[in-house]
Amino acid sequence: MGDWLSQAWTVARKDLLLEFRTRTAIVSALVFTALVLTLFNFGRDPTAVPTIDLAPTILWVTFTFAAMLAMNRAFQLELENDALEGLLASPLSRTSLYWGKLLANLVFVAVVEVVGLPLFVLFFDVPVAPVLGPLIAVIALATVGFVAVGTLFSALVIRTRFAELLLVVLLLPFLLPPLIGAVQVTARLLGGRPLSESAGWLRLLAAYDIAFVTLATLLFPFTVEE
Amino acid sequence: MLSAEALRHAFAGGRGEGGSGGRVVALDDVTFTLDAGQTLAVFGPNGAGKTTLLKVLAGLIRPDAGRATVAGGRGAIGWIGHQSHLYGHLTVRENLLFWAALYRVPAATRARRADAVMRRLGIAEHAERAVCALSRGLAQRAAIARALIHEPRVLLLDEPFTGLDLAAAAGFRTLLAQLRGAGRVVVLATHNVDEGVELATDVAFQRRGRFVHFAPRGGRGPAQIADEYRRALGAGGG
Repeated sequence: MGDWLSQAWTVARKDLLLEFRTRTAIVSALVFTALVLTLFNFGRDPTAVPTIDLAPTILWVTFTFAAMLAMNRAFQLELENDALEGLLASPLSRTSLYWGKLLANLVFVAVVEVVGLPLFVLFFDVPVAPVLGPLIAVIALATVGFVAVGTLFSALVIRTRFAELLLVVLLLPFLLPPLIGAVQVTARLLGGRPLSESAGWLRLLAAYDIAFVTLATLLFPFTVEE
Repeated sequence: MLSAEALRHAFAGGRGEGGSGGRVVALDDVTFTLDAGQTLAVFGPNGAGKTTLLKVLAGLIRPDAGRATVAGGRGAIGWIGHQSHLYGHLTVRENLLFWAALYRVPAATRARRADAVMRRLGIAEHAERAVCALSRGLAQRAAIARALIHEPRVLLLDEPFTGLDLAAAAGFRTLLAQLRGAGRVVVLATHNVDEGVELATDVAFQRRGRFVHFAPRGGRGPAQIADEYRRALGAGGG
C-alpha cells in the first residue's frame, strides 16, 4: 500500500513541479475562470433572473471547464520526449501512475477553485460566509468525482488526434451526475436551506466518487497499453 | 537472464512489403537466450522489427504469441528508446532523481548515484540545466544516464548512438564494454553495422521480423559482419 502511494506521489510531485516551472495550464485556467465569471457577471440582466438562482450553475460550469484545461495537460506533458513510454517501461505500476496524475490534477483544480471562489463571491455578491464549510465540502466531494473520470479519459484520448476536443465530448456526459448534484446542493446552501435537505444529492456525490475512483483505477491500465 | 521464446507480433494496417493480410509482421518466430556478460547486436534495415523486439523485451508491447522473460522484471531493465524520456523543463539532475525514485533506488543514494552517472557520461557540468536547453548530443547522454541510474542488469538500447558525436560515441562504447565486463546483458538494435559490432558477443540480422542470422560473433570484424549482413539481407531489403 505504502509503496504504490509513494510512487504515485513521486509522479504527482513531478507534475506539479513541471507546472510550477511552466505555469502554462494554471495561468490559462485562472484567466479562463476570471473571464467566464466576468462575462456572466456583466452579460446578464440582474433584474430578469435573481442572482441566487443563476449563481450555482455559473460556479460549476466555470469550475468544470477550467478543470478540463488541467486534465488535458495531465498526459500531454508525458508526450514530450515520449516520457510516457519511459514510465510504462519502468517498474511504476499503472495504478500508481493513475493516482499520481489524479493527485496532481486534484491539487491543480483545487488551486483554480481556491482562486475562483472568492472571484465568484466578488462578482455575484452571494452569501457564502455562513455556509463556507459545507460549501467547501461539497466542492471537494464533486471535484474528486469529476477529476477521477477526467484523468482516466485524458489518458484514453492522449494518443488520438484532436485530443482536447475529444476529451470534452467524451467527458461531459459522465460529468452530468456530479454536476447536477453539486449545483443542487450549492443552490440549497446559498438559499439558506439546511444541509440535511441535500442528503440525497450528497449521497449521490459520494457514491459517484467511490464508484468512479474505483472504476477508473481498474480501467486505467487498459488505456495506456500499446 | 533474458530469453525470447518464439516471439510473434504483427501490426494492423500494412498492405505493402512485409504485409500479411493487412498486417505488418514485426516479429516472426524470434527465439534466443542471453546470459550474464552477453551483448547481442541486432542489425536490420528500417522496419525490420528491431524496435518491436526491444519493446516486447521491455514489456511495452504484449506479443501476439511467444514469451519474453527478463530476470528481475522491469526494475532490472535499462531502456533507451527513440526518444530521451526526459522532461524538458526539469534539469538533468531533477530528471535523474525522478527516474531513480521510480526505479526504487534508495533515497539516501539517489543523489550520489546521479552524480556518478553524470560524471561517467561527461554531463556533470550540465546537471543544473533544463533538458530542453541541451543540444541533441547532450540530451542523448542524459537519456543514457537515465537508463543507467538504477544500475540495471539488462540494457535494451534502440539506436543509442543517435545524436552522439564521435568522442561521446567512443565513450559510450567504452562504457558498454565495461558494463558487459561487469556481467550486464545488453541488446543493441541498430541499422548501422559499423556501430556496436565490436561490442557484441552475438550478432543477429533481422529482416521482416525474422532473425535470418543469429550466431556468436567469434572473431568476425566489422567488415566481415557488414559483408555477411549485405548478403543475408540481399535484394529483398527489409
